[in-house]
Amino acid sequence: MKTTFLKAMAVSAMVLLSGGAGADSIKIGEMSSYSSSPQSTEAYRKGWQLAVEHINADGGVLGKTLEVVSRDDTGKPDAALRAAQELVTNENVVLLTGTYLSNVAVAVADFANTNKVFFLVGQPQSDTLIWEKGNRYTFRLFNSMHSQVTAMAQMAAKLPAKRWATIAPNYEYGQSAVKGFQEELKRLRPDVEFVNEQWPTLGKLEAGSTVQAMIAAEPDAVFNATFGADLAKFVREGNTRGLFEGREVYSILTGLPEYLEPLGDEAPEGWTVTGYPVEQIETPEHAAFRTAYEEAYGELPKVGSLIGYTEMLAIRAILEKAGSTETEALIAAARGVTFDTPIGPMAFRAQDHQSTFGFYIGKLAVVDGMGRMVDWQFYDGADFQPPDDLVKSLRPEEATK
Amino acid sequence: MYDASTLFAQLLNGLSYSSTLFLVASGLALIFGVTKIVNFAHGSFYMLGAYIALTVTNALPTTGFGFWGGVVIAALVVGAIGCLIEVTILRRIYQAPEVFQILVTFGLVLVFQNLIYEFWGPDEVLAPRVPGLKGAVTIFGERIPQYNIALIFVGPVFLGLLWWLTHRTRWGRLIRAATQDREMVASLGVNQKTLFTAVFFIGTFLAGLAGALQIPKESANLQMDINIVVEAFVIVVIGGMGSIMGAFLAAVLVGVINAFGVLFFPQAVSVLIFLVMVLVLVFRPNGLLGGRMVAQRPGDLSIDQPFRLPTRAMKQAMLAAVLALALLPLVLPLYFEVIMTEVFILAIFAGSLHFLLSVGGIVSFGHAAYFGLGSYAAALVATRLGLPMAAGVLAAMVAGAGGGLLFGWFCTRLKGVYLAMLTLAFAQILFTLSIQMVSVTGGDNGIVGLTRPSWLNSHMAYYYLALAAAVLATRLMRRALYAPFGFAFRAGRDSLARSAAIGIDTARIQWGAFVLSGAFAGLAGALMAYHRGSVFPTDFSVSTTVDALVMVLVGGVQSVSGPLIGALSYHFVSVELIRNLADYWRLILGLFIIVFVLGVPQGIVGAFMNRFGKGER
Repeated sequence: MKTTFLKAMAVSAMVLLSGGAGADSIKIGEMSSYSSSPQSTEAYRKGWQLAVEHINADGGVLGKTLEVVSRDDTGKPDAALRAAQELVTNENVVLLTGTYLSNVAVAVADFANTNKVFFLVGQPQSDTLIWEKGNRYTFRLFNSMHSQVTAMAQMAAKLPAKRWATIAPNYEYGQSAVKGFQEELKRLRPDVEFVNEQWPTLGKLEAGSTVQAMIAAEPDAVFNATFGADLAKFVREGNTRGLFEGREVYSILTGLPEYLEPLGDEAPEGWTVTGYPVEQIETPEHAAFRTAYEEAYGELPKVGSLIGYTEMLAIRAILEKAGSTETEALIAAARGVTFDTPIGPMAFRAQDHQSTFGFYIGKLAVVDGMGRMVDWQFYDGADFQPPDDLVKSLRPEEATK
Repeated sequence: MYDASTLFAQLLNGLSYSSTLFLVASGLALIFGVTKIVNFAHGSFYMLGAYIALTVTNALPTTGFGFWGGVVIAALVVGAIGCLIEVTILRRIYQAPEVFQILVTFGLVLVFQNLIYEFWGPDEVLAPRVPGLKGAVTIFGERIPQYNIALIFVGPVFLGLLWWLTHRTRWGRLIRAATQDREMVASLGVNQKTLFTAVFFIGTFLAGLAGALQIPKESANLQMDINIVVEAFVIVVIGGMGSIMGAFLAAVLVGVINAFGVLFFPQAVSVLIFLVMVLVLVFRPNGLLGGRMVAQRPGDLSIDQPFRLPTRAMKQAMLAAVLALALLPLVLPLYFEVIMTEVFILAIFAGSLHFLLSVGGIVSFGHAAYFGLGSYAAALVATRLGLPMAAGVLAAMVAGAGGGLLFGWFCTRLKGVYLAMLTLAFAQILFTLSIQMVSVTGGDNGIVGLTRPSWLNSHMAYYYLALAAAVLATRLMRRALYAPFGFAFRAGRDSLARSAAIGIDTARIQWGAFVLSGAFAGLAGALMAYHRGSVFPTDFSVSTTVDALVMVLVGGVQSVSGPLIGALSYHFVSVELIRNLADYWRLILGLFIIVFVLGVPQGIVGAFMNRFGKGER
């Protein structure tokens, strides 16, 4: 036993020492919660891998091939920090990217700030990343929570509904989603009241009693921010108990293929959702992306795939605009850089390092036994950003230099 | 404020939820009662039940028979897998201390997570509604799904079956006898092996059944195991370890309280269950229906020999080791310097756990509580009050000690598994609060931006600080170990009755040990906070505790130098596994833990000393 253990140590030591860099490649350090949240990160990984293939087939970046060193952050900030440290000091990566959970991204952003490393956040949506905890080394690719809930609240304000109930997982994501929605809706409709707020622990929603409690509050409409397993429970209990009958439901993330697929023909018809109607977006760029993805993996892309793919396109654009791999050059280049993506042109805003990644809002319907978004519309992220003076007041001054 | 029909419907909802909880918890209680195994992998069997049921019901026709038949088949398969695990792994550790069993079953959790992911993939799958029970029943104007009504009856039915089994069959009497006194049953010529295997089959069958019954309500997902297991433990502890009727009462209590909690304090639902547990244990230290725990295995971690003072040669060897560590940064690549810094910090943390665990025989299964209190205290003092690092570290030690003072007061009234579970409950309460009290703790985004004083900014400077802290902390804890206080603490571990007879107030001594251990864990938390520059709720999480337990174990429970060796080996192995084997690290790490516990229970230092040395380990 002891010898096995020593062997294991020896093997890992050898692996450690052998990490040499190819001279003709640019190394990118990438991490995400591959083991703890495979539901969302597997598609993401497929997405960026496809993009790397495409980019290198096109001749790479700055005359070199793009090489991605990928790590599992295990969904924990401390493991992510270790991975970041290792990627930077051992693998000599020129920049960091990825992450799935907001808190992991916050930790790595802080690491980027203290160690002066460029960091492009992938999937996390928390706005604190670009506001209170923003810094000059950190950029964020996916659309902000704020943009989605603002757009939703603006639509909700046109409804006659006055009594709203909300349900969201009890952590920063859910809390900021509900807060953002409430603030915007109250601003537009001072007569609206929120009669019931449910805060289940993520993954532990006891749907039966929670739905009952919401029904008892007699709301006119419901705002939902649960997703994944909680969403499935919520939808099934809500359907059976009649929570959704005669009530408008506004729901974020529900239209994403990741969360819509498991619901099958029970996808709640008539809900207004944000999502990604992947099978219906027929712009030439998107159709090409979809086809290539389907050929490579035999399945439709999910939103994680789109983010992963776009992430590498953004990195290419930044590197090429910078013309170098120096951190300061990357920051200067990333501010205001524009690039094409499967869902249209995108840019990074200079004032808060947020991309203009757009989103889709539509209604849910069941077509051929599957949930589909119908009557959807694309919203350009550029149109739903907070005003500049607000951004300025939220971001630390250091971050703007 | 709510009308009667809502309240009644909510009662039914609570009862329906109770049934699931009871099925999981009764299996756990049964297994614990007879085998005394603290089966942390019970949630994994639950998850496995859900996934197998999905596959089986998919293959069967979508009729009522198809569904219920599939559920039973899935539960049987899970029971069979449970048997296999019992025969191959758990059978070997029945005599081992609780902490070893917890670790082995935790290793199983990792293995199952990885294997289920391999077999079923990452997608969440929701089963179709149950044929014949698709709709809802209207009761006093409230609609309740038929399936939930059906579930309400499942709990009592299985309670009845289990009661019949244990009270009306010869075999069941043997189970009850074994629950009370295992050795006696063995002495009477009963084949323990088959008895234990059968019990494990029933226990895992029930867990699998609960998981299978869950698929019409919840999509099968890879987080199911962790989400249910802590709750199941809480229920078993509230009910009284090993008591099936107790588990039933506790499940009903928790289910109903949860249902009304959602109605009246939706913000506080997640801590409610733990508060109930604390309350129950304060008034009934053995749970609602738990009998006195008779014939505990002789002092759980009692050892063949006491710690001995180091010999001269050992002292010299230790000095040489410290010197070598001090020279290491001159040759080490930066990344290793960072990892070694973490090793020193974790060694302090593991050392504080080691103090409670090996010296006092106290299984602190929520040790992360003090670590987290320390890290958050340091972070709050630095970011809110703007005080320098020294103040943060001091505050962290005070916070850790304060945690020890408070939790120790509750915990020292309990023994064994109850104590372990109560410490876990405190850690879980803090974990939940740290996520939910966003205005104070920053929620799951934690607190970032801790800056070290400029002279500590380089990795090398911090390396030396961590090394010095580790040496100093180890030295101080060792000093406490050989002080009268330490001897009295060990006396309490080895024999409560005898130490009471010579006038030692064991509870008070243990309370003191909690405070001391808490202070050092707090110190480790603060050093880690300044090392990372940030703190997060994961500092309070179960996995932080488990990591420390594994470190103590790998180093050797009976070795004073164990925590450092353990931190060094385990941290390196786990970090390297995660780095190089993104998709399989859980499988390998889980197997590593299992094999290590089975193969080298005395730890690295113990194994080394058995072969080569004498004197202090």
